Amino acid sequence: MEFLGGKFLQVFIALAVFAALIGLIMLIVDRAPKSVKDKLTIVGFLAPAAILMLVGLVYPAVQTSFLAFTNASGQPNGVDNFVWMFTQPEALATLRNTVIWTVLVPLLSTVFGLAYAVFIDKARGENALKALVFMPVGISMVGAGIIWKLVYDYRGPGIEQTGVVNAVRVALGMDPKQFLLDAPENTIFLIIVMVWIQTGFAMVILSAAIKGVPVELVEAARLDGANPWQQFRNVTVPGIRGALVVVLTTITIATLKVFDIVRTMTAGNYDTSVIANEMYTQAFRAGEPGRGAALALVLFLLVLPIVVYNARVLRQQREIR
Amino acid sequence: MKNRKYLLPVAATGILALSLTACSPGGGGGGTTGSDCSPYESYGKHDGKTVSVYSTIVDIEATNLETAWATFEECTGATIKYEGSKEFETQIGVRAKAGNAPDVAIFPQPGLLADQAKAGGLKPAPKAVSDLVDKNWSADWKKYGTVDGTFYAAPMLANVKGYVWYAPKTFKDKGWEVPKTWDEMLTLSKKIADDGTMKPWCAGFESGEATGWPGTDWVEDVVLRAQGPEVYDQWVTHGIPFNDPKIVDALNQTGEILLNSDYVNGGFGDVRSILTTGFAQAGQPVLDGQCAMHHQANFQAANWPEGTAVAPDGDVWAFMTPPIDPSKGQAITGGGEMVGAYKDTPEAQAFLAYLASAEFANNRVKLGGVISANKGLDPASAQTELDKQSIALLQDPDTVFRFDGSDLMPGAVGSNSFWKGIVAWINGTPAQQVADSIEGSWPKS
Repeated sequence: MEFLGGKFLQVFIALAVFAALIGLIMLIVDRAPKSVKDKLTIVGFLAPAAILMLVGLVYPAVQTSFLAFTNASGQPNGVDNFVWMFTQPEALATLRNTVIWTVLVPLLSTVFGLAYAVFIDKARGENALKALVFMPVGISMVGAGIIWKLVYDYRGPGIEQTGVVNAVRVALGMDPKQFLLDAPENTIFLIIVMVWIQTGFAMVILSAAIKGVPVELVEAARLDGANPWQQFRNVTVPGIRGALVVVLTTITIATLKVFDIVRTMTAGNYDTSVIANEMYTQAFRAGEPGRGAALALVLFLLVLPIVVYNARVLRQQREIR
Repeated sequence: MKNRKYLLPVAATGILALSLTACSPGGGGGGTTGSDCSPYESYGKHDGKTVSVYSTIVDIEATNLETAWATFEECTGATIKYEGSKEFETQIGVRAKAGNAPDVAIFPQPGLLADQAKAGGLKPAPKAVSDLVDKNWSADWKKYGTVDGTFYAAPMLANVKGYVWYAPKTFKDKGWEVPKTWDEMLTLSKKIADDGTMKPWCAGFESGEATGWPGTDWVEDVVLRAQGPEVYDQWVTHGIPFNDPKIVDALNQTGEILLNSDYVNGGFGDVRSILTTGFAQAGQPVLDGQCAMHHQANFQAANWPEGTAVAPDGDVWAFMTPPIDPSKGQAITGGGEMVGAYKDTPEAQAFLAYLASAEFANNRVKLGGVISANKGLDPASAQTELDKQSIALLQDPDTVFRFDGSDLMPGAVGSNSFWKGIVAWINGTPAQQVADSIEGSWPKS
């Protein structure tokens, strides 16, 4: 109880300090002489956010960038960390896996999500069918990892199987299989988990977008004799292009940062590691913050163009409207 | 109402002032009960002084620790402010760097202690503590608290690795004997495999991101027993490379058991199922009669289901992994904590001396769950048969003790590439290639 009370007190103090600061800023801005009032208002209200951004985002980013060029004891070591990243077989496997993840997950999730959204559009019980596929989105990645680890669980032939997939295999007369131990297909089995989660997200966004396609266009196409595939290809898809880009880029960014699934299910063993997992392992377990920072930097550089592209497409869309 | 705009800031400041008042510590009541304080006179009086302690120990273990030093607090008047955190390993360096170090830190690994000593900030142990350690511990143990010739930290508690767990009843029914040498153990394994009712060994190395660590214990046990303590010391300090033929031999020798599909993995499947079996569940088939032996440290005692009798005539019991060359005597691996200080105040020094004393060892061991290598520890303080056996092993002057090797190696190896290497090795990568890869990950300083 005492512990809880202490925590509440801390939260309370933090809120009070925050309120006091805001009050102080408002007071100063309000009392300022007319000549500088406008500028002061802008500075006064932007400064807190800007300072928090600087302290919480920009400073650590700069610090990490410097850290990427140091060794375990903090001495500068040039580009050694990057040489390690692109030469050690283990680190190379990490980069290869990240590429496989970022290609397959957005593609499969979007294709499955789109197909599902199209097929159940206006079907009976649409909402229930949607909820079914959307549910995994609500499960944390660690939770999903644990669930699927149990699904893939293995016991030797002749011993009662505890994993669903292997139980089915044995029931069909096949030998049980160690799903997570053999590279490279084990990466695919991990990717299935991420696709399972992200398909729901893609489906919901795309389904909403499909409903936004003007009915007149679809009807006009039908009157012109377009078959369902042509309607889909030439009317629906162009109509939901913006949503498709958002879904693809969002899932791509989420996939580049994937960490929880890999850490929970294989901890990066058996050649399944990805950049984010390796970054954590190097920085916090192996005591090599330099290598971790170098991986973080590469990850940032990979995410950056996607974010930029996403922002540009969104801006174009706004201009069209 | 023009004054409205002052209201918010004034109110907020008021709230702040109020909460700050609430924050100031209240007086702690130190009651005195009738404990016998005579053994504590040498620690002096430190009324009103506080010693902050930081360590990895949490939950029930932490409560027991605090109970063990309660009399010290009572008799010396000092207050011990204890904080346990599972993030200790990463946080201690951060806190020391930020000038927020605890007075006393309990290090679970000598490697971490050495890092902190080299970074500066750790105070060398006072002479009183050093003398106590000379008196109460073997030279092996003192070495683990010594960095570059300076003695920093006294050992505290200990655990013993390398136990082989078995079901005494099964052994008796089948007429199997507890092996006295490594060769006898291999012969027994073959006998059990030929008998066919169960596999001789079960093992599980799965432990989340730490998967593989139980395998490092296996290899350490074999290196120490096959190559002797000198080679072991060279190995953990990188005096010889990790891919030295002696180490590769030890890996292959371990593999005679772990990579032999006739010998493993009772109750779970083939060799590779070791990797997907959780270390805490791996011993279960011993109870179920699906496997005969399971290699794990003394803390395995807590992994058996509730109600399992751990005794020489109980459901399960353990023998120490036997020597490979019996003429060299018994050598065991284990772990333990080292107590170092960032402050050299009289109360912190008195506390360090107390933790190194026989009184503390007895007080703590009596509460159960742990043991200590302190020679002043009365074996009667032990709560279980197993603790008694472990203490006897640790206190035996003929026993060569070596600290868990992966705890002594740099983090990049000991808590990363060595684990991963074990995983790759069980998964089919040849020993030489595994050793080469671990050697490649050893940090170049």
